[in-house]
Amino acid sequence: MNAFLLLTIVTAFRILGRNRLRAGLTMLGIIIGVGAVIAMVSIGQGAKAVVRTQIASMGTNVIIILPGAMTVSGVRGGQGSSVTLTVSDALDLKKRVPLLSDTAWAKRDVMQIVYGNRNWNGPVNGISPAYLTIRDWAYTSGGPITQADMDAAARVALVGQTVVENLFEPGEEPTGSTIRIKNVPFKVIGVLAPKGQSAQGSDQDDIIFIPFTTAERKLLGTQFLGSVGAIFASTDRPDELPEAVEGIRAGLRARHRLQPDQPDDFTIRTQVDIGKVQEGAGQTLTIMMFAVASISLLVGGIGIMNILLVSVTERTREIGLRMAVGAKRRHILIQFLIEAMTLSLVGGVLGIVFGILGARAMTVVAGWPTITSVESVVLSFLFSLAVGLFFGLYPANKASRLNPIEALRYE
Amino acid sequence: MGSLIACQDIWKIYRLGDVDVQALRGVSLEIAQGEFVAVMGASGSGKTTLMNILGCLDQPSRGHYWLNGRDIGRLNQNELAEIRNREIGFVFQSFNLIPRTSALENVQLPLFYRGEPLRVQRAQAAASLARVGLTGRERHYPAQLSGGQQQRVAIARALVASPSILLADEPTGNLDTESSREIMAVLERLNQQDRITIVLVTHEAEIAAYAARELVVKDGQLVSDRRTTSTHA
Ligand SMILES: Nc1ncnc2c1ncn2[C@@H]1O[C@H](COP(=O)(O)OP(=O)(O)OP(=O)(O)O)[C@@H](O)[C@H]1O
Ligand SMILES: [Mg+2]
Repeated sequence: MNAFLLLTIVTAFRILGRNRLRAGLTMLGIIIGVGAVIAMVSIGQGAKAVVRTQIASMGTNVIIILPGAMTVSGVRGGQGSSVTLTVSDALDLKKRVPLLSDTAWAKRDVMQIVYGNRNWNGPVNGISPAYLTIRDWAYTSGGPITQADMDAAARVALVGQTVVENLFEPGEEPTGSTIRIKNVPFKVIGVLAPKGQSAQGSDQDDIIFIPFTTAERKLLGTQFLGSVGAIFASTDRPDELPEAVEGIRAGLRARHRLQPDQPDDFTIRTQVDIGKVQEGAGQTLTIMMFAVASISLLVGGIGIMNILLVSVTERTREIGLRMAVGAKRRHILIQFLIEAMTLSLVGGVLGIVFGILGARAMTVVAGWPTITSVESVVLSFLFSLAVGLFFGLYPANKASRLNPIEALRYE
Repeated sequence: MGSLIACQDIWKIYRLGDVDVQALRGVSLEIAQGEFVAVMGASGSGKTTLMNILGCLDQPSRGHYWLNGRDIGRLNQNELAEIRNREIGFVFQSFNLIPRTSALENVQLPLFYRGEPLRVQRAQAAASLARVGLTGRERHYPAQLSGGQQQRVAIARALVASPSILLADEPTGNLDTESSREIMAVLERLNQQDRITIVLVTHEAEIAAYAARELVVKDGQLVSDRRTTSTHA
């Protein structure tokens, strides 16, 4: 680097160091703006990553069909408690919609589960075997519920991690033991691998699976025989989902004999929809934080411009002297631009540091996952540089256009 | 045009609202290399205006000024800055040192704008400070130096770039008698030993007596130009 730039930068830092309080106050806007951007982008990206894994934990290319209509507000209502989805719906859909690679059904209820002298109230899901493959469940021990279990209405169960933690001693192997659900003995044939929170925030590991037939006949009573809580279907490829969804809608409307003017009596959801809702919320938040950050940066930039104008006035004689010993206009221009950029850059770096610390604090205190990307740091850095450059331009230009004699005479 | 400085019928007119102030009214002047010239005159007579024009800080409203044979009137802002940097050393009544900046760095300034490497800047600035007897004061800030010392720093700064001419506008105006003598001794030595051309504005006959030639300005005109023998002891 040439001596002029080097010395000018050193001098700019020295001036900043000399007026620490003034510089600090000037940089506050930039610090807050950049800090907010970094912290919020980190939180946003952390949240996005979590949503992504949660959506993936639903299983891939999954379509969920729920009984009842979805109202505008997203609350499921439907016609009272009427049964609208049945096992035969599920079986028929597979025939009607060739795109579907598999269909499954499930029905759930919270029941008391007892093992030894411990008990736990957890959701017991009666499922058809394909459910496990559609939702992509894995096992830490044992294996799945089979068609044979289904046909025989076998008293076998798969337990999730949360249930294991609450019923069994640490280190105890649940597979092979016998638990009682609503006082009916079930043999544990496997332990499910953990999935964590769902996109809606519920604990996916607080779960017990038993064959659907067993649930119907041994636990739930026969009041609504053949009705299901949800139908699950999957396609081979994600891009087949929209067509499959339309096929399902047409098929179910036909089966349920709905007139064209009647609304659906069921709700179809895919992980794409769920992702959209989450991302939409994320985007609103992102736009809002960028608005806040932009205002802070604007205020910070104006602060820099203001302090530089003061500085140019204070140092009018110095500028005149510099011109008298041979400074050209561009030398003065560059000097004040560098001073402006030094302020904005130091502010930017402090903002980045505070932003990262803030994001970390969120992780520690509130348990929010955060990811600080290199891009957001580099971008903030460049942006604060640009703020300094932009808002420094006017004062620097003003300084460079001073008349040397008038500047030297300035009191 | 063998002279270092040649002025021909220089006018400087300031416009103040509707009134024209004629600060210089047809000054013609030649100064040769190696001369020591004192400029005297009443307050408001136009001495500073003349010095600013000689120092290329200001342009005449009318007339021509050649420095080293170059017609200054034809130069643009950047070229004028270049001339001020290389050809002219300015010393002001009020020192005009940059505050909270060391003596050495103040002296470096002309070299800094010339784009010299840092090492060269430092070495030449230190040498220049030595010429005015300030070795050992390189790291002092202006506020830590006496008035006379500050003015010597300013002289060192004016000299550091080896200019053709040293212009001093009342360099002793803010100094006591003792410090004034100190400064004049430095200037005299620079003129006699190093053959540096000096033009100095002063109100005091005692100071003017150091010079070998005395100009008197009155109402923007040169009214007297005479050679004197350096009379001081
Ligand atoms: N920028 C200006 N605008 C208007 N008039 C000016 C300006 N500069 C100088 N003058 C006028 O020009 C005249 C000469 O001023 P100059 O500063 O050259 O005088 P001087 O001889 O240096 O005086 P002093 O001994 O007080 O320093 C004065 O009448 C002054 O008022
Ligand atoms: Mg004057």
